[in-house]
Amino acid sequence: MNKKKMSDRQKTYIVMVIPALILFVMFNTIPLITGAAYSFTNYRGYGSYDFVGLRNYIDLFTDARVGNSYLFTFKYAIAGTILVNLLSLILALGLNSKIKCKSLLRGVYFLPNILGGLIIGYIFSFIFTYIVPAAGEALNIGFLKNSILASEKYAWIGVLIVGVWQAVAMNTIIYISGLQTIPAEIHEAGMIDGATRWQEFKNLTLPMLMPFVSTNLVLSTKNMLMVFDQIMALTKGGPAQSTESISYLIYRNGMDGGQFGFQSANAVVFFVVIVTISIIQMVITNKKEEQL
Amino acid sequence: MSEKKKYFVPEPVKVNIKSADEIKDDKDGRSSIFLTVLLIIGCVTILFPLYMTIVIAFKSPSEMTNDISGALALPKSFGFGNFAEAMRVTDFWHSLGNSVVITGATIILSLVIHSMTGYAIGRNMNRKKGFKLIYFYIVSGMFVPFAILMMPLVKQTANLGIDNMLGVVILYTVFYMPMNVMLYSGYMKNVPFAMEEAADMDGASAWRTYWTIIFPMMKPMHATVAVLTALGTWNDVMTPLVIMSGTDNTTLPLAQLNFQTQFGTNYNLAFASYLLALLPIVIFYIVCQKQIIGGVANGAVKG
Repeated sequence: MNKKKMSDRQKTYIVMVIPALILFVMFNTIPLITGAAYSFTNYRGYGSYDFVGLRNYIDLFTDARVGNSYLFTFKYAIAGTILVNLLSLILALGLNSKIKCKSLLRGVYFLPNILGGLIIGYIFSFIFTYIVPAAGEALNIGFLKNSILASEKYAWIGVLIVGVWQAVAMNTIIYISGLQTIPAEIHEAGMIDGATRWQEFKNLTLPMLMPFVSTNLVLSTKNMLMVFDQIMALTKGGPAQSTESISYLIYRNGMDGGQFGFQSANAVVFFVVIVTISIIQMVITNKKEEQL
Repeated sequence: MSEKKKYFVPEPVKVNIKSADEIKDDKDGRSSIFLTVLLIIGCVTILFPLYMTIVIAFKSPSEMTNDISGALALPKSFGFGNFAEAMRVTDFWHSLGNSVVITGATIILSLVIHSMTGYAIGRNMNRKKGFKLIYFYIVSGMFVPFAILMMPLVKQTANLGIDNMLGVVILYTVFYMPMNVMLYSGYMKNVPFAMEEAADMDGASAWRTYWTIIFPMMKPMHATVAVLTALGTWNDVMTPLVIMSGTDNTTLPLAQLNFQTQFGTNYNLAFASYLLALLPIVIFYIVCQKQIIGGVANGAVKG
């Protein structure tokens, strides 16, 4: 009787996993494999195609447009990750200290996280194209007079500002929940030892916050590397392809540009890059945590 | 009654909106005025774009002069003409309906499918290699960028005849599976097996036990999963953009992209439309702020 009950239980467990497994295989693993398979062909998205071996992968490394998109994406992700984590850490320290209207302030600072990237992009696009130049004109500040989004050299900073504006909210909340795990006695101990604010932060708070720092670093790097919505709304990759992210290039040329096979190879490389970076980050931050 | 109390039901990490120390701060009034003022000034960076959106949405095009006050001054009168026009141009109610259906269906499917998968894995992964393997197989999906799945999925959904809203819902259910299964199976570690044993004694089947006892117990995690899934699907543009491009249906964010050319240089119309598109989620946020912030923090920390 009891044995039968156990095997019934095991059967139920298996039945419970099957729907998810079928869905995951069909819409994650199979497209992943087909994508990888297409990367060895010259498929344009329609019509007939041939296998071309490693040709796409070799071409990737000599394609200026692909190289540019990697350069932009990395520049954006590195600058963005640093800025987001610095700003959100400062903001979290502020929002976690003794202030008035704490709940209201936290509510306001979290707001950007719930808003859609595309619409926020459109709103900022107006700010960059009309408000900032008008302000530059009124105050007679030369470099503000032209839209930053029209500048081949600086358009990426415009995209960065919007990306950071949105991403800070999420990381701030994570840092706040991290700060709340640190017991008050730690700060009291620091005060008794006569530590300055900076010493206390550097030697007591930051080490205890390390697990949250690693969560935030992995999270924001991954999100920043996949930047898409902001580009779609702000620059569409321009001017002169200076803000074309990897995701945007794959979408643009893979879907409409007749480069299905070639961009599949690009996507495979992009996938490997993301996995590698995530693993490296986790290994490094884990080591840091152990040392402390 | 006392029997029941023995079981420890875990609570997720909470970011208290009104924390204990804040109540204390309010009482002894030692809060830093300087820091408060500084943080209020900082809010300008958040609220300025939203203020601008609201005033432009209410203005008529003739009020938009080329200087800065033309865009930022308060409108002469608050009329709803722009909104009515924006609703007509973007077919607002239709796209709002689509967004609600897609997000709602994804949440329901996620709560049902992901929770039972997380439960089965959480109960077995320490004893059975197979379940551990399935766990890592599904969770590793977190690292797969949409960019690599995008092009094959467009072909695949078209071949299956689901290059429509149904397809988008199915895809979301798959995309959020790694995170949600991880959250649910992690939660099960804290629910004692005695729960099921007690039900076994009463002769209930494992299936029944799950739905009547365990599923309701996972309520705090359901809230986290629902919030994270809702925010992700509601604001997503890329998936409906590539999957539903052949249909007349759009979602609320996608409509902004599709009608961008029709707005032309009528920024008042465009901003009225943006504001309408932002409004539902902002209202949702104001009503459920605590659950949303708590859910996001909980998901990120556990993940």
